[in-house]
Amino acid sequence: MSDPSSAPLRMTYREACKQALRQALQADPRVLLMGEDIGRYGGCYAVTKGLLEEFGEQRIRDTPLSESGYVGAGIGAAMAGLRPIVEIMTVNFSLLALDQIVNNAATIPHMSGGQFAIPLVIRIATGGGRRVAAQHSHSLEGWYAHIPGLRILAPATVEDARFMLVAALKDPNPVLIFEHVMLYNLEGDLSAGVDGVDIAHAKVRRPGRDVTLIAYGGGLFKTLEAAASLEKDGVDAEVLELRVLRPLDTAAILESVRKTKKCVIVDEGWRSGSLSAEVGMRIAEEAFFDLDAPLRRVCGREVPMPYAPHLEDACLPQAAGIAAAARELVKPT
Amino acid sequence: MSPKVHLDKKHTHDLLKEMIRIRHFEMKCVELYEAQKILGFLHLYDGEEAVSVGVMQALGPADAVVATYREHGQALARGVPANAVMAEMLGKREGCCRGRGGSMHIFDRERRFYGGNAIVGGGLPLAIGVALADQTLGREAVTACFFGDGAVDEGEFHESLNLAALWKLPVLFVCENNLYSMGMALERAEAETDIARKAAAYAMPSEHVDGMDVIAVEAAARRAVASIRDLGGPYFLECRTYRFRAHSMFDAQLYRSKAEVDAWRAKGPIARFRKWLDDNHFTAGEEIDAIEREVDAEIAAAVAFAEAGTLEPISEVELFAVMEAVPQ
Repeated sequence: MSDPSSAPLRMTYREACKQALRQALQADPRVLLMGEDIGRYGGCYAVTKGLLEEFGEQRIRDTPLSESGYVGAGIGAAMAGLRPIVEIMTVNFSLLALDQIVNNAATIPHMSGGQFAIPLVIRIATGGGRRVAAQHSHSLEGWYAHIPGLRILAPATVEDARFMLVAALKDPNPVLIFEHVMLYNLEGDLSAGVDGVDIAHAKVRRPGRDVTLIAYGGGLFKTLEAAASLEKDGVDAEVLELRVLRPLDTAAILESVRKTKKCVIVDEGWRSGSLSAEVGMRIAEEAFFDLDAPLRRVCGREVPMPYAPHLEDACLPQAAGIAAAARELVKPT
Repeated sequence: MSPKVHLDKKHTHDLLKEMIRIRHFEMKCVELYEAQKILGFLHLYDGEEAVSVGVMQALGPADAVVATYREHGQALARGVPANAVMAEMLGKREGCCRGRGGSMHIFDRERRFYGGNAIVGGGLPLAIGVALADQTLGREAVTACFFGDGAVDEGEFHESLNLAALWKLPVLFVCENNLYSMGMALERAEAETDIARKAAAYAMPSEHVDGMDVIAVEAAARRAVASIRDLGGPYFLECRTYRFRAHSMFDAQLYRSKAEVDAWRAKGPIARFRKWLDDNHFTAGEEIDAIEREVDAEIAAAVAFAEAGTLEPISEVELFAVMEAVPQ
């Protein structure tokens, strides 16, 4: 029999998020949770289910539908000594709190000459695929990655879902964690002995020689699937997961692209002015002469997300499209 | 803090001095603006001094303040040093925010002065959070949140009043109702112009006070703070006041008549309080002269301090955009 303590622990992404929250609440009395239906309802995606019973109403605060009010309250509370974790049900709703996030959380540390830090974590569900149409399905994390003063995380693996929060709480700056809604049911292994992750670096999830596929969040597994299909064609793709959308790990991007000399960037956000545009431009600025082929992108189609399944699927990056883009680069016709 | 105002000679002189100090400080700011030493926007508090001077009498050092962008008076009355405020307005490294904030963004951690907020209504949710932190950490403190009548138009006003009452947070809401949000008259912006009445709808005690009467403001603030400390929930004060000058420095004031401004000026908080003091034999002319000499000397020293200040090196402009640690 193997030692149970060294066996990997299998759990869902949802459970990993919950364990991370529980650990944070246990570790630090200054941590409190605020958000819509996180308590008695158990969380829109059931991430916070059971935490109200365990930690009580003072620390698990169901809020009214006042995104700007409770996100702003999280900012003020962080300035005054708490370590709040605020949940926003879906990224489209975060726009109701955009004033607080952009005009206050991102500016006050600098604007106050460093007198105040905002050690606040905001968790936001993001992304498409659940057939909930154009007011619940977008990927706006690229917008947030535009804003100096914020750190933007996009955990795609169970390990990152489990441990990015702990690291985010240690950051003296506001950290936004984007959890892709299609990942909550995903199962994965937590390696025994791993009790933390960094929130600064991209990670190679599949090493390869022929082409770099850059992805993040909900796009990672579609991209790994594309890499597996490319392998059958004899194309050895490297998959680099960004993990941290701001500040971008430019060094890791350049290192991979300099090795493979070809690159496809996968981004569920709309192409125009997207995070993929930023990644591509950094490559163009720093590694243009290392490239053997033009840069390619696979992005969300530029329409509000439609409801009908065949339409929604056509608007999101899919493994087949990612593989096709890579093949085009590797075997130009 | 006593819930009662003690009208002895020293206290009345302190109130008068503080109002004159703010008025003269801002008169100097106008000169410096015309000399192009202060740039950008400059929102003067001229006419509204009794509000922050009165309210601050009810607060102690453990309490917190969230201010607006018309906050020179709020900052000075809270005790933010004139030197640090003036140096900030001149964009100097010795300013309270090292030249990053300017006139609209005065911050002072030591005095729990949480800005200098220039998005109308944006400070109210911050005040909720500061009060929530105090409540959660068991600190006996009240957060005084200043805002104007324009903030009442914003959704954040309504969200914040509801949260404060719902969570029984120790927030003193101070509405500086000067009847105009920039050029928009209150009755053209709000179907219900009785702001205190709106607050009452959020299940908190609320009252109007004559914001041109420093004693009335102080008395109301003391009542309010006593209620917050006793009952644990928020309190709302609508201070009815008036801005004598332009919204910022450039404003043709097409939205109001000169006669209206003159009528309000006649009710000005400093002139009115001086008359009250004279009528009640609290002051002699030479005492007023001494007060003016004293504040003018302080302001001159602040200007000298700011003028002698240094410039933040451009190489440090990114400092604090990403913080290395939480300041303790």
